[in-house]
Amino acid sequence: MSDPSLRGEPLVAVRNLHVAFPSATGVTQAVRGVSFSIGREKLGIVGESGSGKSVTGRALMRLLPASAQVRADALRFGTTDILAASEREMRSLRGGRIGLVLQDPKYSLNPVMTAGSQIAEALRAHARMGKREARDAALNLLESVKIRDPRRVHDAYPHELSGGMGQRVMIAMMLAPNPELLIADEPTSALDASVQSEILSLIEEQVDQRGMALMLISHDLPLVSRFCDRVAVMYAGQVMEELPAADLHKATHGYTRGLLECLPSLTEKRDRLPTLRRDPAWLAPHA
Amino acid sequence: MIDIQNLDIRFGANHAVRGISFHVGAGETFGLVGESGSGKSTVLRAIAGLITEWTGGIAVDGKALGRRRDRAFFRTVQMVFQDPYGSLHPRQTVDRILSEPLAVHGVKDADARILRALEEVALPRAARFRYPHQLSGGQRQRVAIARALVADPRILLLDEPTSALDVSVQAEVLNLLADLRAARGLTCILVSHNLAVVAHLCGRLAVMQGGRIVEVLDEAALRAGKAVHPHTQDLIRLSHTLESA
Repeated sequence: MSDPSLRGEPLVAVRNLHVAFPSATGVTQAVRGVSFSIGREKLGIVGESGSGKSVTGRALMRLLPASAQVRADALRFGTTDILAASEREMRSLRGGRIGLVLQDPKYSLNPVMTAGSQIAEALRAHARMGKREARDAALNLLESVKIRDPRRVHDAYPHELSGGMGQRVMIAMMLAPNPELLIADEPTSALDASVQSEILSLIEEQVDQRGMALMLISHDLPLVSRFCDRVAVMYAGQVMEELPAADLHKATHGYTRGLLECLPSLTEKRDRLPTLRRDPAWLAPHA
Repeated sequence: MIDIQNLDIRFGANHAVRGISFHVGAGETFGLVGESGSGKSTVLRAIAGLITEWTGGIAVDGKALGRRRDRAFFRTVQMVFQDPYGSLHPRQTVDRILSEPLAVHGVKDADARILRALEEVALPRAARFRYPHQLSGGQRQRVAIARALVADPRILLLDEPTSALDVSVQAEVLNLLADLRAARGLTCILVSHNLAVVAHLCGRLAVMQGGRIVEVLDEAALRAGKAVHPHTQDLIRLSHTLESA
């Protein structure tokens, strides 16, 4: 797994990342100088739509459209320089050393393959493995993501599974090659509240057990802070504030405070919700 | 204002709504909460006339409704959907979108009404000749609300109106709905999976599970955690854990 010579070095190092999308009407600066590092820990990236949080995640896997202009002082995964790596190297990272769980299993699972064969495919893409061996490993993985009846789910097609079940299959598939980093991009936004916390607890447990790093991308600030060690809050392509998740209530940045305050609350009655006043100063490029 | 008696809805083998009854008074905002598949949206769609295969009784303003709705019904009842992108015609400008209900109901002074509707939902005048894809998610939902209100309905059916929006935009849309409701004395039914949103807008709510209403309670009881049914208690507990940072 991880290179012992790298102990102490962060697994992911991002320094001054910029991503721009040129279009007919001008260039959209999606990410403007984002820096962070991830060790063996859980980092939450929070922001509203258009804040650049997903693009940052995609840049790490080099999964952006060819038109995207990406530059950075450093964009490293382990010892791999992601900006310079060959496509072959990237293929071993994607799904191999870095897993990606997306929002809706309805769209990210292959509709014409059974759940089991998709997991087996992931296994066999990254390790030499016979068919029977892959099947057994797939069943084990389904069990480890707490599917009560792994055999039934193994032979089921995605449309025969509920949203929560589909997301478990997706997670099993991503865990298959034993990745070092799991990027979860809004993994529970399409799910019911009860299933939401089950899936996040599952991700948390697997990440802890396997000693993986987690990058949890979400718009839901309270949710992320419950499951992560650190939280980076993004706005308009920049990180506004990075803080330990436990200290979220002590956040000082106006944007973070604004996001927390505009949520309706079940406990406290308020006649009007405070709305976010977007300070133009937040848009100014950081030094 | 809205009276539902023993409403029952089946889709083939799927018994989606199992004999529910509730009453919404004039000017009241009533919440329907539950997880996906509980039948809450199906109830709303049946009231709106989008589902015709139902049995039982639906009465609006003291008038029992049949499966087919007349024009007067749609003048009284309008609906706002979850995804503003999916519910606005992509090749019609905001102006055209807002003109349609006025044309259908033969309302005069369309021009003044459209301007007033835009103002009411706090959209800039410049938005009038834009297409949905040129607007942000929050602006699109404002257009959907303006379209629902432009022909002066008295009842608004809201199906997860803020679930697809960012929290900052959600706050703006919730405030807008509260203002419009007060200004026009609207009667509303709000369907949502988010208890905090329902508590914010609704005076009373029904909790649904498996096509049945398991509990009806008021906002104060909900906030105080005085729910009786275990499913309601579960939902409240979950909402608290997801809410507390």
